[in-house]
Amino acid sequence: MAILVDENTKILIQGITGSFGGRHAQLSLDYGTKLVAGVTPGKGGQRFADTVPIFDTVGQAVAETGATVSAIFVPPPFAADAILEAVDAGVELVVAITEGIPVMDMMKVRAGMQGTKTRLIGPNCPGIVTPGTGESSHGGCRIGIAPGYIHKRGKVGVVSRSGTLTYEAVYQLTSLGLGQSTCVGIGGDPINGTSHLDIMKMFNEDPETEAIIMIGEIGGTAEEEAAEWAKEHCDKPIAGFIAGATAPPGRRMGHAGAIVSGGKGTAEAKIAAMRDAGIEVAENPSDMGAALVRAMG
Amino acid sequence: MNIHEYQAKELFEKFGVATPKGKVADTAEEARAAAAELGDEIVVKAQVHAGGRGKGTFKNGFQGGVHVVKNADEAAEIASKMLGQVLVTHQTGEEGKLVSKVMVADAVDIEKEYYLAILMDRESRSPVIVASTEGGVNIEDVAENTPEKIHNEVIHPLLGLQPYEIRNLSAKLGFSGDTAKQFGKLLKSLYNLFISCDCSMVEVNPLVATPDGQILALDAKFDFDDNALYRHPEIAELHDPTEEDPREVEAAKFDLNYIGLDGNIACLVNGAGLAMATMDIIKQSGGEPANFLDVGGGATQEQVRNAFKIILSDPNVKGILVNIFGGIMDCDVIAKGIVAACGEVDLNIPLVVRLEGNNVEAGKATLAGSDVDLIPADTLADAAAKAVAAITA
Repeated sequence: MAILVDENTKILIQGITGSFGGRHAQLSLDYGTKLVAGVTPGKGGQRFADTVPIFDTVGQAVAETGATVSAIFVPPPFAADAILEAVDAGVELVVAITEGIPVMDMMKVRAGMQGTKTRLIGPNCPGIVTPGTGESSHGGCRIGIAPGYIHKRGKVGVVSRSGTLTYEAVYQLTSLGLGQSTCVGIGGDPINGTSHLDIMKMFNEDPETEAIIMIGEIGGTAEEEAAEWAKEHCDKPIAGFIAGATAPPGRRMGHAGAIVSGGKGTAEAKIAAMRDAGIEVAENPSDMGAALVRAMG
Repeated sequence: MNIHEYQAKELFEKFGVATPKGKVADTAEEARAAAAELGDEIVVKAQVHAGGRGKGTFKNGFQGGVHVVKNADEAAEIASKMLGQVLVTHQTGEEGKLVSKVMVADAVDIEKEYYLAILMDRESRSPVIVASTEGGVNIEDVAENTPEKIHNEVIHPLLGLQPYEIRNLSAKLGFSGDTAKQFGKLLKSLYNLFISCDCSMVEVNPLVATPDGQILALDAKFDFDDNALYRHPEIAELHDPTEEDPREVEAAKFDLNYIGLDGNIACLVNGAGLAMATMDIIKQSGGEPANFLDVGGGATQEQVRNAFKIILSDPNVKGILVNIFGGIMDCDVIAKGIVAACGEVDLNIPLVVRLEGNNVEAGKATLAGSDVDLIPADTLADAAAKAVAAITA
């Protein structure tokens, strides 16, 4: 078990012929992920890396290969359309890596996805990794842009808004000998598909996950909601970290969603909510792995 | 991205949002010509992106960035005292802002001030209209003290603004008859502008009712979604780089995400979350971060070199902390980039480098073997402590 994806999950990549998409498609193949199709309009019939068939539409790719997950590496102006195409083709999960999608596009995409069976992760996210059991976690399911080799299969669930902070946490866990069940980057945009809370619920129900690290940053109130829920409903040990305590109000810190506005979304409020929920808050990013060890007692 | 008041007025005119008549002027003569077309009470306003203009002082001693005058000659005289001068307000800092344009507009009599805003709300993932009978004041104070006077209307993302929603808000603000009709037209136009221009916020404060029964947008603040500027070249052109920190303008040219702060330890990091966390740990270790700087996941040597130049252009910077987690990127490539960049810039302050990740041993060896005088660190906590120690030594 794991959440969202496992080593048998068949994935396709929209935007596989772009330099960014292609590079990470190759890294996923090298990791042993079942990448079964690529989609680039106008390039149907070609092959990626001589093996992976490319289709013109997601519908064709799903029908021919049985892919259930699509990763989006399409440039921002075309990303909303790409997500909706994947939803229409009936995939279970869409992971949108693309950074820089207009907020109004995401607003419409989320509204348009209501009532469909598809879940969206991202956009502006590093993706999902369920580590494999091979050497350097080879054989797992790597969707997106995370470095696969830093992972190790195990029992800690990781959920985060940020890419490199997730890698830091995973690297620390692996160095401490603690493996991960699944690592999910939910993305740094103000409107995304899946929240901290959604992922926390999944980890809570996943028998393989025994502890959780939740990494957040300034902006919005998603971390507070997840902490409040965890206080009542989560019986697994949780460690947390929030970035951005020193960020000036009213400024966007790199991520479109990382902004303190009107006194809302401060690191203090998030840390207080996490502590109130009994979450072991890491003192600093070097302390994330150790904080989980403390949380596990 | 912010815009000037006169640019907001031009957008209002384009979208049919009722606003007092007026024009922007670059010279005193243009101000005279603009005022000649207006009524017998005219307001002249300095155009800078800062609040508190009315109570501001020019460095030449002239008081006030907002003046009401009676005729075109007076308008020209006031404009001549503002143009080319530096205005200091409570929001500009001591250095103030250079005024290169003034707006000349009809001064309107105000019967009552209201507040009206549309913003992209992340919780409801929808546009939300916020309206209040308490205008012309800080809306956050109103929300704090009298929350019952704030009215919110969540708009369906796909259906858009509906007539009944306009009627609801109009009733809550106490408009009826002709004023209700005018308010409805104004709100519809404002919503259209908000959607058409990919705004993340448009705030009209105050919205005013005049004694002769007009509803007008008197002052406005815009915030646009930077991610959507590619499809609005006409909005992108409204960007005024002279209103921004020159270091941030320079950084943007190289696709670097830089925000200037006032501390003395600069940082260079890959990834926004890690960059924020690096600032936090500098503070926690007893230092003050000089900036936020995310060089991105695939930083090139060229970007690292330019990042160093921008960091070093800040006279407050007494030390640099480089924190890189090489996930996909090879740490040795990054290390070579740092060494090359240091060779090209005149580095005479302590540099602490923490590398972790892919091929880190080779990266550390490259740094150790170079003639760049740097302080290596293992963890981020170690790096922050060393950076603080280095500048206090």
